[in-house]
Amino acid sequence: MASEAVPLTVHKSPLAVVYEWLGTADHKKIGLMYIVYALLFLVVMGIEACLIRIQLAHANATFLSPQVFNRLFTLHGTTGVFFVAMPILVGFGNYIVPLMIGARDMAYPRLNAFGFWMTAFGGLLLYGSFFAGASIAQAGAAPDFGWFAYAPLTSTAFSAGHTADYWNLSILLGGVGSIAAGINFVATVLTMRCPGMTLGKMPLMAWMNLVLGGLILVTISPLTAAQMMLMADRYLGAHFFDVQAGGSVVMWMHFFWIFGHPEVYVLIIPCFAFISEVVPVFSRKAIFGYPAMVAATVSIGFVSLGVWAHHMFTVGMPSYGNAFFVLTTMVVAVPTGIKIFNWLATLWGGKIRFATPMMFAVGFLFQFLIGGLTGITLATAPFDWQLGNSYFVVAHFHYVIVGGIMFSIFAAFYYWFPKMTGRMLNETLGKWHFWIFLIGFHLTFDTLHIPGLLGMPRRIYTYEAGRGWEIWNMISSVGVIFQGVAVLIFVYNMVASFIKGASAGNDPWDAWTLEWATTSPPPEYNFAVVPEVHSRRPLWDIKHPEDPDWKYE
Amino acid sequence: MSATTANISASEAPWQLPSRGKVGMICLIIAESAIFTIFIAAYVFYIGKSLSGPTPRAVLKVPVVGTICLLSSSLTMHWAIAALRKAKTGLFSLFWFVTLALGAIFIIGTAIEWRHMIYQDGFTIQTNLFGTTFYSLVGLHASHVIVGLIGLALVMILTLLGKVKPAHTERCEVFSLYWHFVDAVWVVVFTTVYILGR
Repeated sequence: MASEAVPLTVHKSPLAVVYEWLGTADHKKIGLMYIVYALLFLVVMGIEACLIRIQLAHANATFLSPQVFNRLFTLHGTTGVFFVAMPILVGFGNYIVPLMIGARDMAYPRLNAFGFWMTAFGGLLLYGSFFAGASIAQAGAAPDFGWFAYAPLTSTAFSAGHTADYWNLSILLGGVGSIAAGINFVATVLTMRCPGMTLGKMPLMAWMNLVLGGLILVTISPLTAAQMMLMADRYLGAHFFDVQAGGSVVMWMHFFWIFGHPEVYVLIIPCFAFISEVVPVFSRKAIFGYPAMVAATVSIGFVSLGVWAHHMFTVGMPSYGNAFFVLTTMVVAVPTGIKIFNWLATLWGGKIRFATPMMFAVGFLFQFLIGGLTGITLATAPFDWQLGNSYFVVAHFHYVIVGGIMFSIFAAFYYWFPKMTGRMLNETLGKWHFWIFLIGFHLTFDTLHIPGLLGMPRRIYTYEAGRGWEIWNMISSVGVIFQGVAVLIFVYNMVASFIKGASAGNDPWDAWTLEWATTSPPPEYNFAVVPEVHSRRPLWDIKHPEDPDWKYE
Repeated sequence: MSATTANISASEAPWQLPSRGKVGMICLIIAESAIFTIFIAAYVFYIGKSLSGPTPRAVLKVPVVGTICLLSSSLTMHWAIAALRKAKTGLFSLFWFVTLALGAIFIIGTAIEWRHMIYQDGFTIQTNLFGTTFYSLVGLHASHVIVGLIGLALVMILTLLGKVKPAHTERCEVFSLYWHFVDAVWVVVFTTVYILGR
């Protein structure tokens, strides 16, 4: 068997190794580069969050100036969406999906590399803005107008210098990288499956990356278009968002949120994929309701394109406009709820094993549900008129992003780290990581709902005393310490396990999808012989030839 | 590792997957269509909203010749691919050249139209909302035509060097999808700008 053979090792000089990684088109290496890149920016983003929370822990604090505070929250949001969440999810998809469908690489390996480097340089460009020095008009260099860069704050009149250009161009680059990844995912899942793997037999992660790819294509492009318009306004004297010429600044909001809302589904759908892989394996049961899960994901993809103006309830759209978006937003909760029920039904009656990946997955289920419910609350327009632009919104989206996305990413790390490195992550450290992060997450974000309900607005660098906000902000800031410690434990776990962790073998979790049918880490060509599958759990069929799945499907 | 298949009857139909090139190109077309849709939305929203400056009726001349050329170029492109599939490389070469020429006529027509509007009428992207949306929308389309022309020219050179064979039909067909897309976008842009917006 190939896994027993001793690989032929060639000693490579450090320079050769560097060239190998810089010039690679191998999906596994590119996936790892995406993931490591995202982790570095996660640390940066976390530091920004720490600084923000230190400033907000007390009323009338002077730790940060308002200008610096504005730059920090802008970069925190922008980095988080474009240079942490997108790359890490694309990275996991890149690494795992070809293996899962029995392919040797993505459909377009060189486009894959191109997409990575575009994203990477985009992030560097954004942070280059810190070093570019303040402009004459004292506008600073790092963007400071919020991650959604509302017009006309980004026009040359109100953002002199190159602040807005750093934001614009870095995300444009990142967007091109994302579109490349989107094209690649769709093409790979549709055209590279191994024999026997019909669309109905693919792992759910392959389905979700297919929907992800398609959604990326129609989601990022509107932002690209809007950014071209912004560039035209700033440099060609165009009037897209120029009110004095009759232009409309609400149009920027429409275009941005036509991107911005489906974007959050772009972020969550791969997380659904991770959960759909982890929960069955650690419940020792096949996923409940595979067809419903596929249908739900596809419908989420479509419906998410029609809800964008729920970010604009306070702008003053006519009542029928508001009502339409209230209804569509409520509708999109239905397929999402179906998925949650299916995960619960998978757990029901299963033999649950609470290894670290499963703990994070269960955390996801609780927290994503709660985050979704506060989202539905915000979807009712009159409620949103009170809570829009308050910390309630901040608490809601951090609940789904940290409590949902981050937890599922941790689950994915603990689940697939053995496959990627050949070593198991330490379970004890994993459990410390989980519990400390859980405490920190809830301290920080549960409490933030309350200042929101009490009227604390977003994006303010400080607040006056006596509003009843201080205690909640203090507790929230304390929670950050726990999260920071937990992430440090996680990083230490990864480094220490990489060096001297227990050997993982091909299939440490007794899982059923094809990536576990090859060595850990897989050879460059993934599979010596291209597999042929007959059911949704091909590895179960191989391990249990007397009771194969294809007899029951 | 491959699954043991002794007990399982192999499916009779051969394992068929969609063409990688076509799926990839269709994905690119979807993404580009989304970008165009946003520019069309901006154009339509701003119809009649300019506060000053020339109206469409005042400066626009319907580009009939250019449009006929561009739309016919889709037909000649289709004939070129059909010829290559039947291994008629000479005919392929001819039709490909005609496609390239028709596309070039379109772009030159646009350039002349723009030169007139900018230098004679003084109508630019800065003039008013109509100028902003017109130049950006038509310009975005024109840039896509230019990319297409570059691709057409590359294949033309390779054809003249005798390097294009019937085995390359699939690849040329993938490129033709892009060219048909550029054409279809022109139909939408033309209708919006010269018919709807006037």
